[in-house]
Amino acid sequence: MNTEFLARLQAARGAGRAVAVLTRLADGAQFLHPEDSLPEPLLRAAEAALASDTAATVADEGTAWFVQPHNPRLRLIVVGAVHIAQALAPMALGLGYAVTIIDPRRAFATQERFGTGIRLVDDWPDEAMAHLAPDSRTAVVTLTHDPKLDDPALEVALRSPAFYIGALGSRRTHAKRAARLAEAGLPPEAIARIAAPVGLSIGAVTAPEIALSIMAEIVARRRGAALGSRDTA
Amino acid sequence: MSDQEDILATAARWLEEGESVALATVVETWGSSPRPAGSHLAITASGRLAGSVSGGCIEGAVAEAARATMASGAPQLLDFGISDERAWEVGLACGGKLKVFVEKLGGEQAA
Repeated sequence: MNTEFLARLQAARGAGRAVAVLTRLADGAQFLHPEDSLPEPLLRAAEAALASDTAATVADEGTAWFVQPHNPRLRLIVVGAVHIAQALAPMALGLGYAVTIIDPRRAFATQERFGTGIRLVDDWPDEAMAHLAPDSRTAVVTLTHDPKLDDPALEVALRSPAFYIGALGSRRTHAKRAARLAEAGLPPEAIARIAAPVGLSIGAVTAPEIALSIMAEIVARRRGAALGSRDTA
Repeated sequence: MSDQEDILATAARWLEEGESVALATVVETWGSSPRPAGSHLAITASGRLAGSVSGGCIEGAVAEAARATMASGAPQLLDFGISDERAWEVGLACGGKLKVFVEKLGGEQAA
């Protein structure tokens, strides 16, 4: 990979564009999709690799090509710059997620509490969420326990294709939350998307342990693992 | 992405620091290979390593091949598997099989 190609690839990744690198294994010749024009079969292979987020070797007219997708980073949006968020954010960063924390209470969402590398947003959750526009590579977790903050964020999340939506709170808290969301007009199948109580059942007690159980559940959802949630365990 | 996972960014940084860098990438696996296709190992001529292409079984052999690629600029496609005596030598005892592409990073060689 020569200097110019590496610079193009890193520029695209830095800008959050979905690109794929196609490498001819016989001699190392490379193309960057979609910037470079490609023969139809390779174009389809690049699109398929991006869609499945899986690298693959493909053959085109008897020549082997390696197709590697570079999708934008997965995102984690956390509502509530609380103690658990302080443990969750660095863990998610280490797992490759871009982390945004929403909390309009300015005493909570401070750089002193979260360090650099985490995006802090102090807008009201529904506005912030609408602006962030969760997509199918986004996980959303609400942690405030406060319906005024959590509910508006959940309403936006449940109308988005976010791959994971989790809400902190006991079964009883969640039952009340589900009733409020139903009243707000969300259908039962949307409300059923919420992972609550949030996280895998690992007996978590401390904030880092709860963060671990949440991240484990997010990874399991992302990878399609057949794990019991706390609802079924 | 954290540095620990963004091997390309680490490799690009090494290159900017003036290092000679090769990039090894898992391009195909069969059986119980520990790292999926697309996994990177970046190697410098000075001996720095980032990432992995196996559970640590073949990194030594890949680094050795990478030094040759850094010197010549020519990419290599390496085959590791239980049918290959070399795999036993380098310790791919997990029974998996994989192909690793090794290329020089940076420079002006044909892309």
